[in-house]
Amino acid sequence: MWEQLVEEAPRFFSYYNMLFFAKALGATFALSAVGCVVGFTLGFVLAAIRLTKHPGLKPVRITVQLVTELVRRIPFLVTLMLVFFLFQGLNADLSMFTVALISVCLIATAFIAEIVRSGLESVHHNQWDAAATLNFSYWQVLWWVIIPQAWKIILPPVFGFFVLFIKDTALASQIGVIELAFAGKTMVNKGFSATLVYGTVLLLYFVMSYPLARFGKYLETRLAPTQDR
Amino acid sequence: MPQLKIVDLKANYGTHTVLERINLNVDKGEIVSLIGPSGSGKSTLLRVLMGLLPPISGEVHINDQPLNYRDRDQLRRIRAEMAIVFQQYNLFQNMSVLDNVTVAPVKVKGRPRQQVEAYARELLEKVGMGAKLDAYPDQLSGGQQQRVAIARALALQPSILLLDEVTAALDPELVNEVLDTVRLLAADGMTMFIVSHEMAFVREVSSKVVFMDAGHVVEVGSPGDLFDRPREARTREFVGKILRH
Repeated sequence: MWEQLVEEAPRFFSYYNMLFFAKALGATFALSAVGCVVGFTLGFVLAAIRLTKHPGLKPVRITVQLVTELVRRIPFLVTLMLVFFLFQGLNADLSMFTVALISVCLIATAFIAEIVRSGLESVHHNQWDAAATLNFSYWQVLWWVIIPQAWKIILPPVFGFFVLFIKDTALASQIGVIELAFAGKTMVNKGFSATLVYGTVLLLYFVMSYPLARFGKYLETRLAPTQDR
Repeated sequence: MPQLKIVDLKANYGTHTVLERINLNVDKGEIVSLIGPSGSGKSTLLRVLMGLLPPISGEVHINDQPLNYRDRDQLRRIRAEMAIVFQQYNLFQNMSVLDNVTVAPVKVKGRPRQQVEAYARELLEKVGMGAKLDAYPDQLSGGQQQRVAIARALALQPSILLLDEVTAALDPELVNEVLDTVRLLAADGMTMFIVSHEMAFVREVSSKVVFMDAGHVVEVGSPGDLFDRPREARTREFVGKILRH
């Protein structure tokens, strides 16, 4: 098998094949990066909304809870199909990539909102009391007191989720988005050795998610120091 | 004119009434101690005064102005006039000692940082924490944390200070360092509400002692009257029990 791989390699690592892989990698990266950034931002906002106490915001809280709980319980593929057919039904002329992008943002937001909520709730309630009596507003308490203390609870599962999430973007291939997994399948169909192709795909996924995990570790030490102080 | 006037105050936890018919007048510079068995509503009264548990009915007046706890602006005024020190200190765990004291005046009030810091250093010096400005709460003993909490409460220059069992969570050896700080404030003429189980201390510093039981004020009097000549049977029973120890 080894000889076969060596013999096939120059043909496989041709300029056009690599360009094809680079484009696919770009799609996977874009889906992951946008999903992570949007999910992280909106996840925080939704979690913060869920923690409000104002009676006037109750309908908003219930809606947010309903959406996060629902999206978290549906398989990614189903969400993808749902978004796809929803926009088709609305006659919106969106590219497959946009549909996939919307789906990944939806999913990342729902999952991260839940992680952030539990993180924020883990901070002792006496911190809210103390801040309230010092006339902090709700958002000031969150920003200055609660979030800084919640980082160490929030960050590890969030980055764990990101790593899983990058892999899940492969499902976008099901609606025809050319991303890494799809590119691999295409190459195998073209007759290249599956070992060579999927070995390359494996490497590319790793190259994307390993730095992310390192970045997560870095953030943890920066934002949630446990020692050295 | 009393500085703080509480009229017929009532508060509930859910549907359960925890405070009822509370009437109290507090003059400027007075030190009022709340005593009574656990669950009598002493700490709850402080929480109600700070707006952490909004009252169901009744009135609170500061300097003869009635204040509405449901109104956001008025609640801000109430919390500017009064500050509370909690039993569990409740220091912000993510901030150094100095930041704990300066965060509210700087971030909430928008006062100039330099000026606030100078005042914070002065306060921390006063409570004997001047050497620990950069320490974090988890590096301090309970007594030290409590003294920082007192400095934090004073940083916004309140006119009334509420102390909620500030020595209850402390080792016996650390109690005195906190009580000394309170004595210092008393000497400065700060109006204070003290919930405490340190009866000797209550007797020493209070100008007025309030005995509470089951969410009601049973008796109000000078320390001498209340401890030595209680009028109500329930007060006599309580005082008799605690003074025997």
